[in-house]
Amino acid sequence: MELKTPLRDEDILKLKAGDRVNLSGIVFTARDAAHARLVDLIEKDEKLPIPLQGQVIYYVGPAPAKPGEIIGSAGPTTSYRMDPFTPVLLKHGLKGMIGKGARSKEVREAIKRYGAVYFAAVGGAAALISRSIKRVELVAYPDLGPEAIRKLEVESFPLIVINDVYGNDLYEEGVARYRK
Amino acid sequence: MRKIDPEVITTSVARLVKEANYFLGEDMVRALKRASEEEESPVGKEIFNQIIENAKIAAEEEVPICQDTGVVVVFLEVGNEVYIKGDIYQAVNAGVRRGYREGYLRKSMVKSPINRVNTGDNTPAVIHTKIVSGEKLKIIVAPKGGGSENMSIVRMLKPSDGIEGIKEFVLKTIREAGANPCPPIIVGIGLGGTLEKAALLAKEALLRPLDDSNPDPEVARLEDELLEEINKLGIGPQGLGGIKTALAVKIETFPCHIASLPVAINLNCHVARHKEVII
Repeated sequence: MELKTPLRDEDILKLKAGDRVNLSGIVFTARDAAHARLVDLIEKDEKLPIPLQGQVIYYVGPAPAKPGEIIGSAGPTTSYRMDPFTPVLLKHGLKGMIGKGARSKEVREAIKRYGAVYFAAVGGAAALISRSIKRVELVAYPDLGPEAIRKLEVESFPLIVINDVYGNDLYEEGVARYRK
Repeated sequence: MRKIDPEVITTSVARLVKEANYFLGEDMVRALKRASEEEESPVGKEIFNQIIENAKIAAEEEVPICQDTGVVVVFLEVGNEVYIKGDIYQAVNAGVRRGYREGYLRKSMVKSPINRVNTGDNTPAVIHTKIVSGEKLKIIVAPKGGGSENMSIVRMLKPSDGIEGIKEFVLKTIREAGANPCPPIIVGIGLGGTLEKAALLAKEALLRPLDDSNPDPEVARLEDELLEEINKLGIGPQGLGGIKTALAVKIETFPCHIASLPVAINLNCHVARHKEVII
């Protein structure tokens, strides 16, 4: 299925756990340190360096770009570390997250409550994934190095829906199917 | 005494960190291809194809296989007849600094676990040193990613827990880790010694060739049984379900105290990287 960012409510309603999606458009990178800063700004009621409404955050800290390239290898990092920060971002309009690994009960509930989606990209397939990234712009926190927030323009980024708005979880379903 | 110039150490480490991050070992590539044929889950098969394709791209373009180019773990085996003029640890760290800069590898180290400011050059390496006889220096470089390291654990079991207790602990750890350590994984296990010895054995176990077995038949049997039981958990490639959760289980043992049964489990993602040189 082809999907474009920003995500609309009707996009979210269409997505089901297990769906294969090629995502195109803008996604913002953020991981541990950037999440802490974003949530701190929300708590202080200050302006965020990125929009959240309808947006998608990709949990990634890319490798540096080689000369002539725009970005280095850029696969997903493990998502559970962002769990404590995620419900508040979803409450403020975030619609999608890309990472790897299971989310907390609180995050899964917030995905249902606020109408969002959690996608997995293939962890470790970082050189392959970087080919889907067409433009990169540093937008906040350059002091964080690989953890800075970057605006990526992606084209047909291959993803799998893990948690949908209906409460399904592909990790639980997939493992149950092959457990012996 | 044989004299080794520290610059030779620095140059070697700089080369090894790049090679480890660009070129997946042939034993890993073989194991991935075999597992991809055996995997029953269609999604799992496709993930194997992406992982194999990714390793090919990384090697051809000389870019990191994974963006997490890791904390650099270095094993030094220093011959007792080797003389190094200067500080061997500084020489290793200079190599890490140079290799990560020249190789466009990600710098993932923070100065302090409390203040968490990036050191900017991926130093320091975590260095383990052994003194051996002879006049050679062996350097093994094993960059280790955060995702699988975070799912690793040491526990002090009771001797009465026995083999069943060990198995239960390993299976529980891998079940709870799920997709987080980027399966298909390699499982390194250290049995015996003390708290820190078990952890080091588990890490050393990850350096073994994938297709070997522990020379002790009792330990080799435990490796085989654990691999089979882990692959019955159903976690599969990337945790999406499948019969290939682990590609190998490697166990290293050491004598231990009458009261103790230390068990360390060090998980490695499918980007299991290590390169070595003998100087």
